[in-house]
Amino acid sequence: MIVARTGNEAMAEAMRQINPDVVAAYPITPATEVVQLFSTFVHDGTVSTQFVPAESEHSAISACVGASSAGARVMTSTSSQGLALMHEILFIAAGLRLPIVICLVNRSLSSPINIHCDHSDSLASRDSGWIQIFTENTQEAYDTTLMAVKIAEKALLPAMVTTDGFIISHGMERVELVGDAEVPKFLGERKAKTSLLDVDNPITLGALDLQDYFFEHKRSEIDAMNHVLPIIDEVQKEFGKKFGRNYNTVDEYKMDDAEVAILAMGSTGGTGKVAVDRLREQGKKVGLIRCRVYRPFPKGAMLKAVSKVKVLGIMDRADTMSTLGGHLYNECRSILYDSEERPIMKNYIYGLGGRDISIEEIEDIYAELFNIQKSGEVDKEIVYYGVRGE
Amino acid sequence: MASLKQLATQKEKFMGGHRACAGCAATIAARMVLMAAEQPVVVGAATGCLEVVSTIYPYSAWNVPYVHNAFENVAATMSGVEAAYRALKKKGMIKKDLRFIAFGGDGGTYDIGLQSLSGMIERRHRVLYVCYNNEAYMNTGIQRSSATPRGAHTTTSPAGTEIPGKIQLRKNLTEIVIAHEPAYAAQTTIGYWNDLVTKVRKALEADGPSFINIYSPCRLGWAYVPEKTIKVSKLAVETCIWPLYEYENGKYRITVKPKEKKPITEFLNLQGRFGHLFKWHDDVPIKEYQAEVDMIWERLLKRSAE
Repeated sequence: MIVARTGNEAMAEAMRQINPDVVAAYPITPATEVVQLFSTFVHDGTVSTQFVPAESEHSAISACVGASSAGARVMTSTSSQGLALMHEILFIAAGLRLPIVICLVNRSLSSPINIHCDHSDSLASRDSGWIQIFTENTQEAYDTTLMAVKIAEKALLPAMVTTDGFIISHGMERVELVGDAEVPKFLGERKAKTSLLDVDNPITLGALDLQDYFFEHKRSEIDAMNHVLPIIDEVQKEFGKKFGRNYNTVDEYKMDDAEVAILAMGSTGGTGKVAVDRLREQGKKVGLIRCRVYRPFPKGAMLKAVSKVKVLGIMDRADTMSTLGGHLYNECRSILYDSEERPIMKNYIYGLGGRDISIEEIEDIYAELFNIQKSGEVDKEIVYYGVRGE
Repeated sequence: MASLKQLATQKEKFMGGHRACAGCAATIAARMVLMAAEQPVVVGAATGCLEVVSTIYPYSAWNVPYVHNAFENVAATMSGVEAAYRALKKKGMIKKDLRFIAFGGDGGTYDIGLQSLSGMIERRHRVLYVCYNNEAYMNTGIQRSSATPRGAHTTTSPAGTEIPGKIQLRKNLTEIVIAHEPAYAAQTTIGYWNDLVTKVRKALEADGPSFINIYSPCRLGWAYVPEKTIKVSKLAVETCIWPLYEYENGKYRITVKPKEKKPITEFLNLQGRFGHLFKWHDDVPIKEYQAEVDMIWERLLKRSAE
């Protein structure tokens, strides 16, 4: 079925079709609608979910941990300060190996307070042990929400699927929906190995774990993350086969003969692809790489993609506050350390607090990348693009 | 009414061998609460003494399903467990009739977990929340909490030369909970086993959220010899420092009325945490504490007579 949906509506629609056992959530701009629409499904009886309208995001994710420990399929949705308030419990959810799924709408973290998109919220949670997938558009947000449940349950790790606040969350787009009956067939029931509700086989979950065992348990959690990429590949393949839409951990666009490329995450991938098309019409060999799966970091696919070009402009919608630039920039430089040939890299920090990035601006960045290719030199490694006084 | 024999001969749900101090009332409370439960239970604990002493991987004192999430969120965690139970029961995946119990100390309940508790009750999750109230943050080394009484020495309200212990009075959490109109709320203490067991059974029968505030002397933080735990617990009731009462369907009922109301000094002078008050240049802290105890007791008498 083809419909017009905003990102939030599409994610809520996916949640309706998933029909989780428990949803515990707290509204926050720009993710509010996801919770709001879902409450409508609950009150109209179109889902059988137990809805816990928590009194804070901290309690929402805490209830998710409880429900998931009881063997239920559990989802929530949040953004920005809400995710920051969940921060403590994100690590616990991952450490307890609970496949909770968050529909996350990216919004900048205070201060200054702002409600618009950047990636500072999700990237501040990058070390929490959650799988993180950044989507480019409404269709992908919908598809990835469906896939995330399966990925999380196979990996026994929690997952967050992100859209860009307002740009995708409130932008109406054409979406092709999977049939209602197809979703449960694709997902099956969650089969938890243990459950708090199994009173005949009592388990102790969340025991104190000191110097003698903590490290082994943490190591096994890290090892679980090592096994996630093949799971994502498998689920993406299955999804593509069943529903005809194919996804990769790293999205390459017109990269085969590209000389310069930009690397970005989220909706800028879509804006960038239009810029690529325009420049291609002028005969310029440009390409675009989009990091779709950010945690775990898809090293192999990313290396393959970034090694194709001479010059790479890395666009980060957040800063690491380390004076070393953005997250993608640092991680790409790190994975390229052992490569004999590596592209010249320049970091563009852009779009903080929802500042728009236009097709023309991205064309401008490509022009700069060509200049770098010509001169072979980068005058300034890290620039803050589109900010006054730069 | 429960018989001691019947309670003592059932299978232990909270095992010995844990690492609580000798004379610890929190663990006595946990064992008694689980003994009282007639239905299968799932337990959650907030970070705190009970959590730390009862589990250390690979050991566990809990012979029932148990989850620990974090400090301030046991009520929210158990809200989620109870929601999952309802969902999975509706699907036919769970057949048994289960009960849910959350344990938190006064730190995890009166202070950092108050919001989470309020949310759990307001949303009407059928969970029994048990606060084992030892009147300070004992797990981190005896710091003041909002349950710490007037005059008590703690490491963050020390008995100084200028300020004799905690300046402020206690927060009345039980009344805050009652303001939520739970299905059942009560105060009890471990020295009155029958009172405690009866209240736990009532709470688990109540069709909605319930709360029991269990006064749990801490021999380390209160500085008395371990064998006096039960005596201290009983004296708290005899002095009306800790009235035993319950609230259900809009009615208050005092469940144990002391024959003669003793002065609080009989309770205070057993404990090192109040020792400095007896050497202090005036009797203001003791008077203020006594006045608070009297006021709350009088009010309770009135309310229970209504």
